Amino acid sequence: MATITIALMDPPYEAETTTTAMRIMDAAVRKGHQVNIFAYEGAVNLTMKDQEAHPNPVKGTTAEEEDHPSSSRFIAGLLATEQVDWINCGLCVDERGAGNWIDGARRGAPADFFAWTQESTNTLVIGTK
Amino acid sequence: MANYLLIESRDPFEYGDTRYMYDMAADLARKGNNVTLFLIQNGVLVTRPGVRSNPLNHLFQQGQDIRVFADEFSLRERGIPPTPLVGGVEVADVDFLVDLLAEEDTKALWH
Amino acid sequence: MSKILSIVERAYHGTLEEQDDTILWMSHILKNAGADISVLLRSNAVNYAVRGQDASGITIGGVPLSNPPKLDEDVQSLVGAGVDTYVVREDVEDRGINESELVEGITLVGRDGLADLFDAHDAIWHW
Repeated sequence: MATITIALMDPPYEAETTTTAMRIMDAAVRKGHQVNIFAYEGAVNLTMKDQEAHPNPVKGTTAEEEDHPSSSRFIAGLLATEQVDWINCGLCVDERGAGNWIDGARRGAPADFFAWTQESTNTLVIGTK
Repeated sequence: MANYLLIESRDPFEYGDTRYMYDMAADLARKGNNVTLFLIQNGVLVTRPGVRSNPLNHLFQQGQDIRVFADEFSLRERGIPPTPLVGGVEVADVDFLVDLLAEEDTKALWH
Repeated sequence: MSKILSIVERAYHGTLEEQDDTILWMSHILKNAGADISVLLRSNAVNYAVRGQDASGITIGGVPLSNPPKLDEDVQSLVGAGVDTYVVREDVEDRGINESELVEGITLVGRDGLADLFDAHDAIWHW
């Protein structure tokens, strides 16, 4: 099985790259691969614990009816597989006050990302545009 | 010779330098590399027949041996039928993309 | 150790912190950590290599930005740290930038030379 390291930069709900990256993670996990995620800059907000579902006033539906999954809920599912290791860039977290995250994510630094890349089958960098 | 996986998420309508990845694909293939171009997100907007000034057609006209795939979800999300696509484009999914990423000695680039 | 080419194309992320551009910053950090890393500036990021940039003077709500980014100095610092740093010649020319305006030690590479540059590296990180 392969080890795939991915660097992400986009915050949640701003770019399709976030969804695509999570689709790639999901496919990799289903195929039995190990996935390492380095969340850099705005991507550290993907795992924030206080994300909540919301209603849709246009449709008049409640939060429960919408069952709107947050990025952290998707990621919690991925982390539960124990095939995903998730590091949030510590300095990026500090300057955003984004330290309250879901269980399983951990704090790290670019040096951790570099170490991962040296032992991975492949590295995919997905920058922000 | 190396394996290159070029993932193009951008389209020529919003961005000014989208020819960049197509030119890179051709140049890398011309040097004898094994090149795969995977179109995803708005990158698939060039797969509709009839796209004006299509960089994909320009790539194909250069006659390089390059495999081009379009992400099935990105096509479906945009209401682009999987057939007919611009000649030479195959439909694939992210599972296939992961297979490519999991191959040893593949240089993967996202744009 | 794999040889990495770090490509920066999106330029001017904001001026809120000294570490903008964050990829230049990370590339320097990784070089210090022992990485064999080169940097390619393309598209608007070629402007990072222009000498004489000045982002000083921002004060908002009475709060001064005491340490604004100094991108030309960051590029010069990368070069000084031994990071092979390239700019795409046509992207420089397209923007009306004269080669003499660029920081010292930077290497211009034509678009037709990028495939060779890619081939000379084991991994391409396209930020």
